[in-house]
Amino acid sequence: MPFNRDQMAARAADDIPEGWVVNLGVGMPTNISNKVPLEREVIFQSENGVLGIGPAPAPGHENPWLINAGKGLITLRPGGSYCHHADSFAMIRGGHIDLCVLGGFEVAENGDLANWATSENDTAPAVGGAMDLGAGAKRLWVLMDHTTKDGRPKLVEACGYPLTALGTVNRIYTNLGVFEVQRGLGFVVLDLAPGVTFEEAQSKSAAKLHRPS
Amino acid sequence: MINKIVQSMADALAGVKDGSTVLIGGFGKVGQPDALIEALIEQGATDLTCVCNNAGTGRAGLARLMELGRVRKIICSFPRSEGSVVFEDLYKQGKLELEIVPQGTMAERMRAAGAGVPAFYTATSHGTLLARGKEEREFNGKMYVMEHALKGDVALVEAWEGDRWGNLAYRDSGRNFNPVMAMAAEMTIAQVAHLRDLGEIDPEKVHTPGIFVQRVVHFDRGTPWT
Repeated sequence: MPFNRDQMAARAADDIPEGWVVNLGVGMPTNISNKVPLEREVIFQSENGVLGIGPAPAPGHENPWLINAGKGLITLRPGGSYCHHADSFAMIRGGHIDLCVLGGFEVAENGDLANWATSENDTAPAVGGAMDLGAGAKRLWVLMDHTTKDGRPKLVEACGYPLTALGTVNRIYTNLGVFEVQRGLGFVVLDLAPGVTFEEAQSKSAAKLHRPS
Repeated sequence: MINKIVQSMADALAGVKDGSTVLIGGFGKVGQPDALIEALIEQGATDLTCVCNNAGTGRAGLARLMELGRVRKIICSFPRSEGSVVFEDLYKQGKLELEIVPQGTMAERMRAAGAGVPAFYTATSHGTLLARGKEEREFNGKMYVMEHALKGDVALVEAWEGDRWGNLAYRDSGRNFNPVMAMAAEMTIAQVAHLRDLGEIDPEKVHTPGIFVQRVVHFDRGTPWT
């Protein structure tokens, strides 16, 4: 059985150690924070100047002045802080963020990421902070389905969609497993979802997968 | 006596010229100077370049200003979002210029303008469509893209509290783009939920020192979601 969305987030969360500062992209990656227990102190950052995001607010206890990059209402945990946009992106662009997890359209075997525009002719795509995060975080993981809805592989030899960042993806978490990008080699299978075989993952990828050495 | 407080929204926006570049603070509805945008609609300036993270949603505020044909160009990081219908229509009809900027580059370009830095290099967008036509240069074995400072004629910002010297403090994530926009404009106009006497805002907690602010107007907007 491949991982479902919740299990994918939980699988990525399992690999985040205490002490890391982590930025989660809008959409699927945001769910990762729900899978990290509060006792394991991971500091979640949001581009709009929030460092130290806490658990989702209880109904009736929302703070309307406190939102994340996806415009959802959040909380701040004790020890958390606020800053302005330039400082927030100094954290990101200055290499202070240990990990960023983004969604993806395609990841190439050299670590290129495409996740913002679906064609060169799309003249008004929304980039948000994706290029800053893709270039600036110490580590970049991608959380995405292994294929598109119509079955097209998203792990590829070279991205067809316009690039977000060049050669910076370290790891990909999909419904089929966990894949590391090794420089000069390509995709290495770190883990597979229960019941998923190497051959199945390979058949749903458009680039060569390598077994761990 | 220095007194930057003005008594009406009309006074706050007085003198904004056609062709101005207007920096508009806020991220989502939080820290967004709604009343000042409404006042800009009333004020009448046109042929504007607006710098804002989003290209407006629904039919009010920035979207209304665009629908009235008063905006020539939008500079933003995230033009398409839920409800950005006016932007979509105008853009499709070719009635609106668009410059997409990575969000961190957008913030830094304004910070640079405020700090007297004409241009800078960043790794963000290297090798992508957004770096096309820009100077790229290698430092320490890594490629960087040159970006220019982004200066405003006017900045519209929202703060939780302000005083007659123009000192501002924001609330929670309402800070966002507001402090860098306040720095980057010739004339910064602040909409504040609470007016304070001088000294009432703890000097340790002033986020935007009054030097960056030219006008302050009181407007208690209630919560950002009403």
